Amino acid sequence: MSKHIIELKNIDKVYDGNPVLKNMNLYIRKNEFLTLLGPSGCGKTTTLRIIGGFETPDKGDVLFEGKKINTLPPYKRKVNTVFQKYALFPHLTVAENVAFGLKIKKMDKHTMEEKVKTMLHLVNLSGFENRSITSLSGGQQQRVAIARALVNEPEVLLLDEPLGALDLKLRKEMQIELKNMQQRLGITFIFVTHDQEEALTMSDTIVVMNEGVIQQVGSPIDIYNEPENRFVAKFIGESNIVDGIMLDDYLVDFAGYHFPCVDKGFGQNQPVDVVIRPEDVKIVTPAEGMIQGEVKSVIFKGVHYEMQVTSGDFTWMVHSTLMEAEGTQVGIQIGPNDIHIMKKEAEA
Amino acid sequence: MNKKWISAPYLVWMVIFIVVPLFLVGFYGITVRTDTGFVFSLEPLQRCFEPTYLKVLGRSVLLAAISTVICLILGYPIAMILTSKDFSDKNIYLMLFVIPMWMNFLLRTYAWLTLLEKNGLINVLLQKIGLNPIHILYTNQAVVLGMVYNFLPFMVLPIYSVLKKLDSSLIEAAQDLGANGFQTFIKVIFPLSIPGVVSGITMVFMPAVTTFVISRLLGGGHYYLIGNLIEEQFLSVGNWHFGSALSIFLMIIILISIFITSHYETDKEGSVGLW
Repeated sequence: MSKHIIELKNIDKVYDGNPVLKNMNLYIRKNEFLTLLGPSGCGKTTTLRIIGGFETPDKGDVLFEGKKINTLPPYKRKVNTVFQKYALFPHLTVAENVAFGLKIKKMDKHTMEEKVKTMLHLVNLSGFENRSITSLSGGQQQRVAIARALVNEPEVLLLDEPLGALDLKLRKEMQIELKNMQQRLGITFIFVTHDQEEALTMSDTIVVMNEGVIQQVGSPIDIYNEPENRFVAKFIGESNIVDGIMLDDYLVDFAGYHFPCVDKGFGQNQPVDVVIRPEDVKIVTPAEGMIQGEVKSVIFKGVHYEMQVTSGDFTWMVHSTLMEAEGTQVGIQIGPNDIHIMKKEAEA
Repeated sequence: MNKKWISAPYLVWMVIFIVVPLFLVGFYGITVRTDTGFVFSLEPLQRCFEPTYLKVLGRSVLLAAISTVICLILGYPIAMILTSKDFSDKNIYLMLFVIPMWMNFLLRTYAWLTLLEKNGLINVLLQKIGLNPIHILYTNQAVVLGMVYNFLPFMVLPIYSVLKKLDSSLIEAAQDLGANGFQTFIKVIFPLSIPGVVSGITMVFMPAVTTFVISRLLGGGHYYLIGNLIEEQFLSVGNWHFGSALSIFLMIIILISIFITSHYETDKEGSVGLW
């Protein structure tokens, strides 16, 4: 029980008649790096704002260390936020921005200066104390925002797409830096992003959301390898999703072939969705293949080639480091471990 | 394509209504008329420093300053209320506030004259509910009241526009860092709205220090301000030289005050300032 630093119980939130969160339940463990992942409008930022105290849920409870904090104003919460556009105070210098929270707490000047200095050192901004905010680059502003939040030693740090405005290289560096910081400081991070790769890189736990409903909660590996439904499979990485029929335990029929697999417990002759990641599709000679098809297009993606292989009325997406020329007849092989079966969804 | 000629009418307009009058004021201000014509003289300007006139100037500045402070104290909360969530989607409230400005300035001031009269509406109402009538017409209070009433929108609007543009995430950031409502105001909202406050102060103080209509109507004949003095020199006394000298004197004072305030107005993001 006490392992959960934050609990959201049956949260509903409606904006102008549109439900944004529908009966949401979420438990956040102490010291974990949890990512709320989903497309824009899925309710991830609203969830963060409810934890931060900027929104109150219409229904349900928010618990912090077991205590209900639904209507506790933000300034009384042991939570700090790194805002999407940083929200740094333009009328203050870098050091004054970082010291803002400490000054409010009336900390004595000497300790405050020490802490600000240590924190700026931590985010690699030593010597920037007296610079004005507007003279900083995006990445530097971002680090000031992190320092300003962390200097208050919050129990939980909320990060609302903080890397969105940075270029790819800087973003990758900051991802690693943030993850290191989180491990070193032992603070619970709740991170919001729509970038699945970012989520996979940094998180201990990923919460995939869509239209105000949690789709799946799990470790990056679970989420990637064992998506629970079509939405998760499509949102996390690329995948081939085929209609199939589960003939029996360990045997599934799709694309006109009976594949051995490792899934069971679906019953006999049940319609299912079959997920196969493009990197798990192996291209072999037509004779060796379980399925035969023709290479329709080849795109060079850097590390691998992305090929579309048409077989019957289905087009397979294949990632491979070896290229097959367009128009080549090929065979496709899929191993039992690479087939993932999902229960068919009523609507999809 | 060269379209400079489009500005020609404006140029003509500027020359006729701004350059020429300014030149004439300058000319009259540093000359006196003798039998042989206009001769250069600093006498009109020196007259401005006579105690009688300095006293008038002092009173003008004082009343204008008091009005400006009252406008700020009243105007800031009004601007905040207008930008608050409940009002900001409803332009009607802002309209209601601005509509009186569409009425003629004289008319609005006359209205106060009839309201404040000995047997005016306010005193009748006060007596009806058993209170003593007030006699503030033709006093400094009435002049200040007139100034505040007429110039309040000029304080509210610049502050309103700055507050409206204020990024709400900054306020959330302050709260997130532990600041309660009051601390958020003192440490974030007010410092960031200073450009609007400075614009408001300039826009209220300048017309207030030069007004002659309000002081004549509500201040009676004996409470006159520098605006009245200048008006009198041109219209009744007929001493254009002294009138012009007083205008120059006043202009210099205003220019100095603009210079001082513009220093505070240059905010980091630019463009909010009036000048």
